Amino acid sequence: MKKTKILGLPYGVWMIVFIVFPIFLMFLYAVRNSAGNYTIKNFSDFFSPIYIRILWDSVYMAGISTVICLVLGYPVAMIISKMPEKKRNIFLVLIIMPTWMNFLLRTYSWMNILGKNGLINKFLSLLGMAPMDLLYNDGAVLLGMVYNFLPFMIYPIYSVLIKISPSYLEAAKDLGANAVKAFIKVTLPLSVPGIITGITMVFMPAVSTFVISDLLGGGTHMYMGNLISHQFLQKGDWNFGSAVSFIMMIVILVVMCITNKFSKTDKESV
Amino acid sequence: MMKFLKKTYTYLVLIFLYAPVVVMAVYSFNENRSSKNWGGFSLRWYESLFQNDEILTALYYTLIVAALACVISTIVGTVSAIGIYFLSGKVKSVMLNVNYLPVINPDIVTGISMMLLFGYFHIKQGFVTMLIAHITFCIPYVILSVLPKLNQMDKHMLEAAMDLGATPLQTLTKIVLPEVLPGIVSGALMAFTLSIDDFVISFFSTGSGVTNLSIYVYSAAKRGISPEINALSTLMILTVSILLAVVNLGSNKKSNVKGDR
Repeated sequence: MKKTKILGLPYGVWMIVFIVFPIFLMFLYAVRNSAGNYTIKNFSDFFSPIYIRILWDSVYMAGISTVICLVLGYPVAMIISKMPEKKRNIFLVLIIMPTWMNFLLRTYSWMNILGKNGLINKFLSLLGMAPMDLLYNDGAVLLGMVYNFLPFMIYPIYSVLIKISPSYLEAAKDLGANAVKAFIKVTLPLSVPGIITGITMVFMPAVSTFVISDLLGGGTHMYMGNLISHQFLQKGDWNFGSAVSFIMMIVILVVMCITNKFSKTDKESV
Repeated sequence: MMKFLKKTYTYLVLIFLYAPVVVMAVYSFNENRSSKNWGGFSLRWYESLFQNDEILTALYYTLIVAALACVISTIVGTVSAIGIYFLSGKVKSVMLNVNYLPVINPDIVTGISMMLLFGYFHIKQGFVTMLIAHITFCIPYVILSVLPKLNQMDKHMLEAAMDLGATPLQTLTKIVLPEVLPGIVSGALMAFTLSIDDFVISFFSTGSGVTNLSIYVYSAAKRGISPEINALSTLMILTVSILLAVVNLGSNKKSNVKGDR
């Protein structure tokens, strides 16, 4: 059976060619200028007010949408986890099913709902109210993020909640805790791993998206994802674009480390 | 009171999640071209969908890439997972960590790095490059769903099979594969859905002429997408729902049979 190890070899080669080398190339482009000389200018350029602002805006928007997803999603996960089994499975599928429709199509559909001649404005005009500018602003981008990533928050929290033994809650109640206290002292701490997974699953795609900000934000505001695609596709500056991508990667890794630390310390304390 | 609140809240969230889906379905039956006005019920977009070459080509590329990426990444992923399972020490942990990279990296970074690779070697981007990119980001998910099943497997079964004279190949096909089959199936499903839904990585790894549905929608969204796309998305969501209903009914029957016993 020992020789079976060999089976890992082809993928090892594949990983070197298509995962490791491309990222190395990205680094190589990031530390060189267009003439091929080594420089740190691409990185130092990034640390100017305009680009720092873009980085901050992306982190801020992703952060806000993560918080909204958590606040909206936690109760849903909890309500579903307490349903009888058959109903529970149906609702779970209902929550996940929209994600099986093409992500671009769902986002485009929001353009039809929020747009100048969209459904909401038509409804408002029926009521005799003035139309509102709902599309092409930060609010629309936020809505798009929450809409697209909400199921990613609900599902991991649900799968942790469903494993919490009801006897813990009964014990808490027997010992005199009311529903609120039992939730804060028992359910919430036990569901932290699910919350952490949910936060990473929402924050990561939100901080790097360029589709949502492009379609719903109308390109009025630039975020990290837009900056990267702009550098590569419009400006053709692969060197600066690579540097920005590299910084994006670092941001994600830092967030991963922080959240991992949180979930580890929690395991130790339990 | 509390029960009523809970119910209302859940349904409100569901309405939020389904609003865009329903809006698309309703507009797909709209006689008018623009979504500004309702021109009466009509099936004309369903008819013209099957004459719209641009959309049909995009659909073709989406499905063919998803099918190929799914099959190839499932086979390679399963074989590699078995290989990784028998590895140990540093090599194993390095392989697992590198395998994680496409999972934790933002899509845009994976897409860009692919574009850099193809650009660096002057490879013309198109169907093959897009397929390679899809396979690359699908394999890790297959491995991550097969590996836990391998770890759960009883190691003594392998020894028993070998003691009874099975060759390594027989042990793999008769013991290991059946044991990890659920992991392979869920990995394959995940690969298929990830591939069919992908936009960002396809966008950066494809070339002129090869467009999948996501790329088509993205490039057409700003000038207004033709209503055929509403019809197509309605058909797609309908297919998924029917498949789901069939699978659910099937599993319900099975559990009923079990209950009878």
